[in-house]
Amino acid sequence: MQERCYHCGADCDETIKLDDKFFCCDGCKLVFQLLDENGMCQYYDLTNMPGMSAKGKYASEKFNYLDSEAIQDQLIQFKSGDQAHVVFYLPQIHCVSCVWLLENLSKINPGIIHSQTQFEKKEIKIIYRPSAISLKELVQLLAFVGYEPMIHLGGNDWMKKKKVNRKQLLKIGIAGFCFSNIMMLSFPDYLSANIEELGALRPFFIYLNLLLSLPVLLYSAKDFFISAYTGLRQKWLNIDAPIALAILVTFGRSLYEILTQTGAGYLDSMSGIVFFMLIGRWFQDKSYDSFSFDRDYTSFFPLGVTAVEDGKEINKPLSKIEKGEILLIRSDEMIPADSIVLTEGALVDYSFVTGENAPIEVPKGANIFAGGIQKGRAIQLEVVKSVGQSYITELWNSPILKTDKNTEKSFVHPWSQYFTIVLFGIAISSGIYWWAVDPHKILPAVTSVLIVACPCSLLLTVTFTYGNVLRHLGKSKMYCKNASVLEAIEKIDTIVFDKTGTLTNHENTHLEYIGAELSQEECIAIKSVTRESLHPLSQLITQYFNSVTAISAVDKIQNFVGKGTQAQIGSTKILIGSTSFLKMMEVELNSEIVGSSVCVAINGIFKGVFKVNHVYRQGVSQMAQQLKLKGYKLYLLSGDHATEKINLHKLLGSDVTMLFEQIPDDKLKYIQELQNQGHKVMMVGDGLNDAGALQKSDVGIAVTDQTHLFTPASDAILEGSMIQQLHHLIDYAKKGKLVIVLIFILSLIYNVVGMYFATRAQLSPMVAAILMPVSSISIVSLSALLTFMFSVALKPKS
Amino acid sequence: MSVIVLLIAVSVLVAAGFLVAFLWSVKSGQMDDDYTPSVRMLFDDELKEVKQNTTKK
Repeated sequence: MQERCYHCGADCDETIKLDDKFFCCDGCKLVFQLLDENGMCQYYDLTNMPGMSAKGKYASEKFNYLDSEAIQDQLIQFKSGDQAHVVFYLPQIHCVSCVWLLENLSKINPGIIHSQTQFEKKEIKIIYRPSAISLKELVQLLAFVGYEPMIHLGGNDWMKKKKVNRKQLLKIGIAGFCFSNIMMLSFPDYLSANIEELGALRPFFIYLNLLLSLPVLLYSAKDFFISAYTGLRQKWLNIDAPIALAILVTFGRSLYEILTQTGAGYLDSMSGIVFFMLIGRWFQDKSYDSFSFDRDYTSFFPLGVTAVEDGKEINKPLSKIEKGEILLIRSDEMIPADSIVLTEGALVDYSFVTGENAPIEVPKGANIFAGGIQKGRAIQLEVVKSVGQSYITELWNSPILKTDKNTEKSFVHPWSQYFTIVLFGIAISSGIYWWAVDPHKILPAVTSVLIVACPCSLLLTVTFTYGNVLRHLGKSKMYCKNASVLEAIEKIDTIVFDKTGTLTNHENTHLEYIGAELSQEECIAIKSVTRESLHPLSQLITQYFNSVTAISAVDKIQNFVGKGTQAQIGSTKILIGSTSFLKMMEVELNSEIVGSSVCVAINGIFKGVFKVNHVYRQGVSQMAQQLKLKGYKLYLLSGDHATEKINLHKLLGSDVTMLFEQIPDDKLKYIQELQNQGHKVMMVGDGLNDAGALQKSDVGIAVTDQTHLFTPASDAILEGSMIQQLHHLIDYAKKGKLVIVLIFILSLIYNVVGMYFATRAQLSPMVAAILMPVSSISIVSLSALLTFMFSVALKPKS
Repeated sequence: MSVIVLLIAVSVLVAAGFLVAFLWSVKSGQMDDDYTPSVRMLFDDELKEVKQNTTKK
């Protein structure tokens, strides 16, 4: 049986062992030892194999920039005496053990006074003593145990969001308190057969009600007034306008009745409306705290870099880097600005920029572009363009992106306009009618119409339904930014896919060997050579020979950077590398070689090639068929070469337009062209190379495998495994409108009943008080029921 | 009848007490995170020693 790492759960051979536990690498073992020494093995009791693989991840120099005072000031939230507070975003938090370990960090290092996690936000707040542990050591400790904080140029702006949320809760709490008390105090008025019996108590109840309604009007309902006012100033009747009017009219009429001692008013209805509508909004806006939908390049780039000045390494904030400076980029660090390579050994993974996942070797003196990640050893660069003017960052400043895409009005808004017009029509005609029949009843009738027909039921329907739809989509791992995304999805008629990372799986590349059959000895020899190299393609080949367990000693090995490896085992000479490398070593090649591939020659004779094939995600083909059946036009834009075209046509169908070798700017322009033709475009992509297109499209969906580690700005985030469900998800998002229409019909019935009383000037406060909660509650429960029923189709049929 | 006035005043005061408690809890950040505390309360401080005893046996 294959052993699994006690720490991270990865498959491992039995070489690294401690007591009866196996580890996949020394990194994992070290983490275990650290926890064991500090008596923290509860980490392993709470969840099985909870750790993050420590293989090749940890590089302590990476955080040197944290020694810089300027950077520390940006990160530390609060500092007083010998105490500092800092908050980090740790995307790796995933289980109970994580919470336990992170909250017990003080056991490992006494310099940490207190640490507290927020699981859903994936945040940790640490209070520590800078005299005992520096910020750098703190981050190193976190990274060592497997929780490397995401520290980026974009900074920590999540604190603002939290406060807004709290205010909304306060408003709901106050409205709820006032509503329930006003309701209670109104009962005697509704229920006593003879109001006169209440005597002196009645004014007491009524004035107490009036007092209680003031916070609702002045504080809780504030947002409706502000929104209505800003709408009116832009000469636009938004849905909040009739609501604000209804609240004002209800309060005004109640005030009038109370002061003239003609009645008790409708204060309970007024505070009830506000309470329910606030809950609706809160429900809809309760979005995903740990996701970030508005990332621009600043959230991808590191906060600080190592610059080299006069032969000395200096840590500098990235924002201070200018043209002509020399930077030191270590393995796994991102290249922050367009530069020229000064040293050998640049091996750059441009998968964020181009979508191509095989690393590219960059020779000394060549240009290197921002956004790439160095995979080889440490290199030096000379910056030729500042961070903001680099090729990839310029995408964000492109004028095409300047137009704000979500300015389009919600479909509820035109409805609310008709609604308002009809409402005023009824109010005026009932006013005219009573002017002819009984002028005393004009005011009661008109105000009752406005009170009863408040479009709050429409607003409630919309907020609750969209809130439910968003939650059900979230359960299926599609996380939308907000409710207006759902409305945008409805209008889509064209879907554009990216290839690498979207239709294919980033982590899962499949190696295929084409050529002469290899003997057992040859397999052993090749594996023995490739396991010596850190080049990703070598590692893939090593993995390919997973079943080969024997290893022979390599006698002589010589690496040619950017080309290949020459090695000798016993009397066997092995050459592994690119086609040009083999040609250079005078090996005759005898097959057509395309795409990313590695050639192998043994004793000067060409054996064959290892071809890197992309593995397409499961169910992509069915998904494409289903989407086409539903009438969507599909496109594919890829940054790759056209080598996969035939496979893709087989997979998606021959009627899908495919464009290859698209640079990010091409994708962006193509989307714009489609939009100019009047199409509504959904872009499904990943990585920075799609960032422009995602932002330009009407709906941009970012696909990700590494649970939201790197997602460009988008309208929705979709987990990679769910892309096969895309047609179901789109379908479901569209169902929201149907649910709203259905429920709106129901609420119209309530409105007609209310109108019947109102236009006859017979609306008693009691009828209003019954009608309002009954309609609200039935709307809310019907919305929950319908959205749940439709969501059944979303469940994966396994 | 005046007893009702008194009772209502008391009831509104009691309710107001809960309202104040709610406002305080929101302002002090207790509503910011509705998941982690439910996990945190299950962590057992004593478990560590018990575990060591059992492994020694």
